[in-house]
Amino acid sequence: MEEQKQEDDVPALEKKKDAAENLEKLGEEFYHQMDAGEFPWIKMPSRSTENICYNPTLRQYVLGERTVKRSARNVRHVRPFTQLVWTAFFAHQLSTQRKTSTLRDVYYSAQAYEMSFKDQAESDNVITDLETVVRLSREDFNIFPEERSAIFGDLTIEYTVPGYEGRRMNLTSHPDGLMIGPALTYSEFVKTSADKVIAIEKGGLFTRFIEDNVHQKYNALLVLTAGQAPRATRHFIRRLNKELELPVFIFTDGDPWGMHIAMVIISGSANAAHLRGLTTPDATWSGVWATDIVDYDLPTDPLTEVDMKRLHELQRDPRYTDKLWQREIKTFMKIRRKAEQEAFSRYGLTYIVDEYLPAKLEATK
Amino acid sequence: MVSQAFEEISPADFFYRNRDIAGFTNPSRAIFAAMRELVENSLDAAELGGFPPDIYVRLTYGGEGGPESKVYKLRVQDNGSGITSRHIPSAFGQVLFGSKYKLKQARGTFGLGGTMAVLYGQITTHKPAYVVSSTGSTKVYTYRIMIDIQRNRPIILERRVLINKDRWHGTIVEFSLEGDYFRAMPKILEYLKQTALVNPYANITFVDPKGRLYRFTRVTTKMPVPPKETLPHPYGVDVETVNRLTQFTQHRNMLDFLKAHFHRVSERVAHSFLEFAGIAKTKNPKKLDPNEVVTLVRMMKRYEGFRSPSASCLSPLGQDLLLAGILKELKPEFVSVCQRKPSTYAGHPFIIEAAIAYGGEIPKRGDFLLYRFANRIPLLYDEASDVSYNVVKSMNWRRYRVSQDMPIAILVHVCSTKIPYKTVGKEFIADRPEVKKEVLNGIREASRKLQRFLSKRAHVEREKRRLSVFSQYLPKIARFSTELAGKEKEPDIRQLLESVNKLGRTETRR
Ligand SMILES: Nc1ncnc2c1ncn2[C@@H]1O[C@H](COP(=O)(O)OP(=O)(O)OP(=O)(O)O)[C@@H](O)[C@H]1O
Ligand SMILES: [Mg+2]
Repeated sequence: MEEQKQEDDVPALEKKKDAAENLEKLGEEFYHQMDAGEFPWIKMPSRSTENICYNPTLRQYVLGERTVKRSARNVRHVRPFTQLVWTAFFAHQLSTQRKTSTLRDVYYSAQAYEMSFKDQAESDNVITDLETVVRLSREDFNIFPEERSAIFGDLTIEYTVPGYEGRRMNLTSHPDGLMIGPALTYSEFVKTSADKVIAIEKGGLFTRFIEDNVHQKYNALLVLTAGQAPRATRHFIRRLNKELELPVFIFTDGDPWGMHIAMVIISGSANAAHLRGLTTPDATWSGVWATDIVDYDLPTDPLTEVDMKRLHELQRDPRYTDKLWQREIKTFMKIRRKAEQEAFSRYGLTYIVDEYLPAKLEATK
Repeated sequence: MVSQAFEEISPADFFYRNRDIAGFTNPSRAIFAAMRELVENSLDAAELGGFPPDIYVRLTYGGEGGPESKVYKLRVQDNGSGITSRHIPSAFGQVLFGSKYKLKQARGTFGLGGTMAVLYGQITTHKPAYVVSSTGSTKVYTYRIMIDIQRNRPIILERRVLINKDRWHGTIVEFSLEGDYFRAMPKILEYLKQTALVNPYANITFVDPKGRLYRFTRVTTKMPVPPKETLPHPYGVDVETVNRLTQFTQHRNMLDFLKAHFHRVSERVAHSFLEFAGIAKTKNPKKLDPNEVVTLVRMMKRYEGFRSPSASCLSPLGQDLLLAGILKELKPEFVSVCQRKPSTYAGHPFIIEAAIAYGGEIPKRGDFLLYRFANRIPLLYDEASDVSYNVVKSMNWRRYRVSQDMPIAILVHVCSTKIPYKTVGKEFIADRPEVKKEVLNGIREASRKLQRFLSKRAHVEREKRRLSVFSQYLPKIARFSTELAGKEKEPDIRQLLESVNKLGRTETRR
């Protein structure tokens, strides 16, 4: 665990070199196995649900002791095995040529090598296998998901991607914010005047915050998660927290789904149990809480059956054992209502920025 | 009061009025029925003489006929036993006259078929029939006959006796009839093909009205063991039969009477039966009164000590010949045949032979092809009413890994001294429970072998697929690993590929 933990926060560039090396090592392993007249095989942690458990110390899901052996001798494994090797080969090419690719790209590129995947899900799954095997996340070997989120605020970064090496950029330079894409992911942080990070679930509010100068008023970097935050964004938030030591405040809708968006940023997801470096355990969920709905007397909608079911699930979820979470879950269940962030507009457009935000930042400090 | 007029009609007149029941329903059925009746007579005659049948059938165009039909001349020639001169006119000029009323398996049973064909020709063209026959003696007889339908008698128009230098034996029948050959053609050709299948020791030649020649050549000269004539079994007789036997018997006591006139009744069995029935052993059979005859027949049905009838009166094809026939006509990829042990229904012995064939020239039709045979006759009409059809439909084929869209033919051959036909047209077999059960057992037995074949083939196919997975992917693993590792030369994976090959070397080369 110790070793693992250190590895988590190595700078992005280092990780990329690691990625290339790890992939090469993997190729060598298979090569030697075959050279010795052996069917190539590999052992890796099992990602089955029974092997995913919550680690309270790390405050995230981790994979347990169980391992699985994949061998090219098994007729059912040989195809996914080949896909794994191909994906490693492809990722290695991306890394060494310093190119990035999307999950969708990978799916199509495979066809050029007569390595067709049945569907995107199959190729995504093989990529997750590869992450598990080399113990790095796909962004480390230059494969990004489609969805993108954004950041805005006074942070100067320095690019490391080809063609932009050494170029600096201040993240206030574009009023729509900047996409958290591969280039930003691999950038170095140079300096910032901000003393906190505010993560926001919805694009509308993100834009409003920029327009209303929230970044200046509250000295904050604004991050748009655009719903469930993509891994690159979660990683980026973690870096802001660890490298710049900025506290992170998360604002979501006041419903079980918004609550969980915050939780995934804080404690990660079961799907990424094989990965480290995606969580920000010290981040806080600042609202909209169920108790805010009551305290601020917000306009609401009733909770649906599905919402209630989700609440019951979350109530038993090990990530939610904390007093605050349990209290909010109970309150949701009691009032059976939910509210969106926009609900504050009932008190005027600036109310959320001028009243609610400072109050909650203070309360959750 | 209106008085009713009564009249009596002859059997010929009856069948003339009701020719439907003998299969002469319409011009296309009629030409089919006429041909098959003559062909079946010829096959019977050849087998009776122990000669591998050589049958020549010719159909020639003879002018316009009715609105839906034309006149044809049908000629069927065989190398059979021939007919003794004095019986020739009646054989073809008298309904319900025949030599096959005996208790042994034959195609003919009713003494009706050949004469019906001639009768149909006469009523549609009013021309005489021409018959040539010799038993292989020094003489050949030729007759020109017509039928006196009202009196059920042949009318001999001409009779000639020729010298038989070559000791030729056989029969030639030729007559004109109206029919619709072109509608009947598919059935006729199918009939000949199936006849060739179930008589693989026969040569059959057919020349159709267009002059097209169809030849079905024998693949063997081995013929099935001929049937032996048998006595009636006690379970199968009725009061009338017993009455007749008591009239002409020479025996003076019941013990000898039973032993002499019934099938498989030994001294011991006769003893204990008479005791069971409460009839004195010494009783003179001729002195049985009508009530006693009824009691005797009733007790015969009730007594459980009779031995079941022997199958010597039957002449099944046998597995080898059935196999030969199927291979010859269907050229399947796989075939399994099965002959069931003899069984009985209502005192009549029967044997079921079943086969199932797969692939080859058998077409995929979305349903099984069902070939039905009875005493080596193909049955082509009314399939859905037949016992075999019902059995096939009732089976759970998935258990045998078989589905309707596979190219599968199922063959059922019923041999019996009395085929339970539902009509005199010999088209389909009734649902007798005993027969049904044996048909089911036969098809099941054959299907199990097919199932084994299909499983084995599926296994081989799976292995092939398995192998192709390895040979498709292993080289790629080698290639990408080599590139990843930055090596020059790819590892040698030939041995790995060899080792997954469970089918042996030759298979991989293909
Ligand atoms: N080609 C032939 N060679 C020798 N005998 C024949 C031939 N055709 C007919 N016969 C004789 O004529 C008889 C009458 O024939 P027919 O076809 O009318 O009746 P069947 O064959 O006995 O019975 P079924 O009505 O079932 O056909 C036969 O029993 C047979 O003795
Ligand atoms: Mg006949």
